[in-house]
Amino acid sequence: MNAPANLAPSRRTLLFAGLSAAGGLTIGLPIAAQASARIHLSDGQDVHPELTAWLVIDPDDTITIRIPHQEMGQGTSTALAMLVAEELNCDWSKVRIEYASANRNQREGGKLYRSMMTAGSSGVRTSVQMMQQAGASARERLRLAAAQQWKVDPTQCSVDKGRCLHLISNRSLRFGELAPAAALIKMDVEPDIKTTDQYTLVGKWTPRLDTLPKVDGSAQFGIDTQVPGMVYAAVVSCPEFGGKLKAVDEAPVKGLRGVIAVVKLDDAVAVVADRYWRAKAALDLLQPEWAPGANATVDSARLDKAYRDALDGPMVTAKSQGDAATALAQPGAKVVEALYEVPYLAHAPMEPLNCTVTLAPERVDVWIGTQSPMDVLKLAAKESGVAPENVYVHNQFLGGGFGRRGKHDELVHAIAVAKVVNKPVKLIWHREQDMRRDRFRPQAAIRFKAVLGADGKPTAMDTRVAVGSLLRSLGLNDVPSGIEPMAVEVLATHAYKVPNNQVGVMLKNAHIPVMFWRSVGASQNTFFLESFIDELAHAAGQDPYQFRRSLLLDRPDYLGVLDTIAKHGNWGDPLPPGRGRGIAIVETYGTVTGQVAEVTVGADGKVTVDRVVAAVDCYHAVNPNTIAQQIEGGVVYGLTAALYGEIQIKDGAPVQANFNTYKLLKMSETPKIEVHMSLSGGKKWGGIGEPSVAPIAPAVCNAIFAATGKRVRRLPLKNIDLRKA
Amino acid sequence: MITLLVNGQRHELDVEPEAPLLWVLRDELGLTGTKFGCGIAQCGACTVQVDGVAKRTCMLPVSSVVGQQITTIEGLSPNSRHPVQLAWAVEDVPQCGYCQSGQIMAAAAFLKTHPQPTDQDIDKGMTNLCRCGTYPRIRKAIHRAAALTSQKA
Repeated sequence: MNAPANLAPSRRTLLFAGLSAAGGLTIGLPIAAQASARIHLSDGQDVHPELTAWLVIDPDDTITIRIPHQEMGQGTSTALAMLVAEELNCDWSKVRIEYASANRNQREGGKLYRSMMTAGSSGVRTSVQMMQQAGASARERLRLAAAQQWKVDPTQCSVDKGRCLHLISNRSLRFGELAPAAALIKMDVEPDIKTTDQYTLVGKWTPRLDTLPKVDGSAQFGIDTQVPGMVYAAVVSCPEFGGKLKAVDEAPVKGLRGVIAVVKLDDAVAVVADRYWRAKAALDLLQPEWAPGANATVDSARLDKAYRDALDGPMVTAKSQGDAATALAQPGAKVVEALYEVPYLAHAPMEPLNCTVTLAPERVDVWIGTQSPMDVLKLAAKESGVAPENVYVHNQFLGGGFGRRGKHDELVHAIAVAKVVNKPVKLIWHREQDMRRDRFRPQAAIRFKAVLGADGKPTAMDTRVAVGSLLRSLGLNDVPSGIEPMAVEVLATHAYKVPNNQVGVMLKNAHIPVMFWRSVGASQNTFFLESFIDELAHAAGQDPYQFRRSLLLDRPDYLGVLDTIAKHGNWGDPLPPGRGRGIAIVETYGTVTGQVAEVTVGADGKVTVDRVVAAVDCYHAVNPNTIAQQIEGGVVYGLTAALYGEIQIKDGAPVQANFNTYKLLKMSETPKIEVHMSLSGGKKWGGIGEPSVAPIAPAVCNAIFAATGKRVRRLPLKNIDLRKA
Repeated sequence: MITLLVNGQRHELDVEPEAPLLWVLRDELGLTGTKFGCGIAQCGACTVQVDGVAKRTCMLPVSSVVGQQITTIEGLSPNSRHPVQLAWAVEDVPQCGYCQSGQIMAAAAFLKTHPQPTDQDIDKGMTNLCRCGTYPRIRKAIHRAAALTSQKA
């Protein structure tokens, strides 16, 4: 289907006038001169034979790199291509990218491209060696092929910018000329990859490969899929999770133009029509009768109480170091105690969930934007009854993922509908369906107790957290131990030196489905911990930056980040009344990131975040451009949640359903964001898609405390009265 | 029949007068660069220009734009070289990219009325939502596009 041959024509070189940094006009700034950057599915029908499963090199030297992770905006496709290109010693301007084939991966036992999952900021940090080896192995084959052709000793041959060279005889061959022979080379031992000092591309600010199609409207998202003969479906589920469809009177839509069918699902109803708007308009005319489930009376007040009450109940010990209980019980101990709470949050990607399916007796095709094509493949196989190796997943650009596009409830709907109408179906969840049927970041409550020693440093900490299990909710794992890493990440893994440290957890699920939400447990747990550390600093009468520093002396990576944000964030400089600075730091997804937020709190209580200074230590930078993007974007994502984010529950159902009630941050509310790198190098490669989401809420709330003396222990801020007393 | 003028082309369409322009563009004309985000004109992913003015189209009945010049992202410039598109590329604005057609169409219309905008003008004039948080780069790109346009003029 999408063989590179019919995709290459949009190759363009964009040369145009741009402004120099000084403001003068420069002509011919070559930016993004790459071949077409669209991501396309490889289905093994390439016109030109592949060099390896990772690479196709055309006779004209176009290099197609197959990306085993998914592009949802985080820039992983450019970063992973850079890692391959670095080892390949190719001409970067010839590189284009396509998604690796999930179908082929399935047929090859899942070993070729491994899980293909894109979650947990894992693209670079879990696949770096695989991508580097793919590039190095291809380069070596090209070199050996050149030596064969010239009949010279391979040690006399080198590789540079897409050519193999024999300098002694002043001969060279292009990759495109060598690729067919290189594909036949067998090697007993794969070559070594480069050491970091040999990099010429990795680490350089590099334009994304997917920018051009995203500025001319040609980028294909799942929702843009067109399949001959397809019909459209709109669907609405029972508002209450657990409720069922009892009945629906089809009379209001009978005979309406374009309407093809009303499809009754277990807990939802779909209308199929020849156009989406006709399907949706007809759906709005239906008045389905829902049979209430067991949770039709559950509301947020009840859930709030249940999570708070759980803090006084039994806990499973997730971490136990020293003896916190004894330290807390010491007569005269200076104990600081606080209870924090957060609500459910929706992912709200800009592209609502959707997919297009065609069902044939022996083959299923799915067009979708997914973080996990292998899971889509398996789910489509299960729902359709077709063997997994006959399922073809055509992954597209994802219009945002943030964790939500790892579980595809919309695909279940689409296959059910397609079975009834026996036609290709594009099913779109309208925004209200997308938000009400999200699988949310879990609600949580936590209580900290800490003892401060004579020097003001904490000698003991006791942490008790009640939060939903993501794995249980997703049906992935019963978590028999009662300890889920996501529930206690940051809480049980932080680097602060506390000699007696106890962390208890109660996994407590309500009937509301919960799931991975960008930065996952770190998103709420960093708010909790970094706010409480701030409380401890103030209780000890110490500066919050220096207080943190004094507890992290054995961690140069943390200290590097702290010192960078303190310096560039003007920590300690005076601010006028009503303004304050807050600091927060976290290590998550293998990366340390910290932020200083500067806020203004008006007399009316309105919070304005004026400036955020961020620093990151992800140990190695592949593309500083996309790292900066992820920090900027993560700050906005996390700040949206801190200021506004809240899914309330009423009658067992989510209350907020669209952007009028689930507000997203706007341009006018976005602070100035500065990004600094503080890279330690070494063996680790850190993740970058998620970490920056976590520190912004505590940095802002700590700044609010500095400005007002009011401690925020419950989000979102829109519900907190910060008016001057 | 409804007559629409889209990207300089005339289309005779057999659609209901109340059909939202967004879906007519996407599903009748195959112009999928314009996106569906919310359906209640809150997010702006569906922004196009109608007689040069930015309009959100997810609630806009097609009958209300008959005879007017409709410009979508596909028709903004012949070679994707509108100053706003060039500036977007130089600043590498998009992340997921889903909202960017709407952002670009809104920015191009905004710059017509604010050729040399201040940050405050941009705050007021650019209200489309972006979940990836590309706002800082959108701001830079708008300033760059303004500079590019003024130097061309």
